Amino acid sequence: MTTPTIRVQSGDFDLQTEVDALTEGHIDIGAVVSFVGLCRGEQGKLSALELEHYPGMAETEMRRIADLAIRRFSLIGATAIHRFGRIEPGQNIVLVIATAAHRQAAFDGANFIMDFLKTSAPFWKKEHAADGTAGEWIEAKDADDTARDKWRNL
Amino acid sequence: MKANLIYFAWVRERIGKMEEEIELPETVVTVGDLLSHLKGLGEEYETALEYPDVIRVAINQEHVEHDEKIAGAREIGIFPPMTGG
Repeated sequence: MTTPTIRVQSGDFDLQTEVDALTEGHIDIGAVVSFVGLCRGEQGKLSALELEHYPGMAETEMRRIADLAIRRFSLIGATAIHRFGRIEPGQNIVLVIATAAHRQAAFDGANFIMDFLKTSAPFWKKEHAADGTAGEWIEAKDADDTARDKWRNL
Repeated sequence: MKANLIYFAWVRERIGKMEEEIELPETVVTVGDLLSHLKGLGEEYETALEYPDVIRVAINQEHVEHDEKIAGAREIGIFPPMTGG
């Protein structure tokens, strides 16, 4: 079975480079779906996000989730990259790519990985306000749990 | 037993430590027991663990429920619900 590419890094990633790495040398891939999550400026109220993670466990959880997706949707390849540290509005936070023979598996695979990554991978976001006030930790959303739980009923 | 605890996000900030090794009484058997025990260690722990139901715990870097036994744990991570992605 295919091994996912998993990285947790402070630096940026390049979407095309990562897509090329998954598709190079393959003639069995009919679909590539990618998702890039960016830092929103929240109408000028946010100066940056600070991403904290649990080193080691973050990679392990991302790999576990990607492996589940590969098995469940018969993905040909999968990549998940998550940044940590200070990230400013407009900058990349997370990248997920799924490749498969057909589009539905690639869409579902990327969606599944993101839904589980948000609720199970040990990352936490803290907001730094543009007016310099003390940052607040972002609260987990019930909607993210609901998005994850929908995969149990399919 | 001795336990290596590691804290993240607002749990870390409220307790005021990234990690610590503590000696646990024998009455502490499960993750839930551990959280109750820690709450009694001082005001900062009380504040961090005020609502234990929302606290997530990992043993040896794997998520566990609060009824999980902690015997043999090399590392116990304690943190709020995750907000990555």
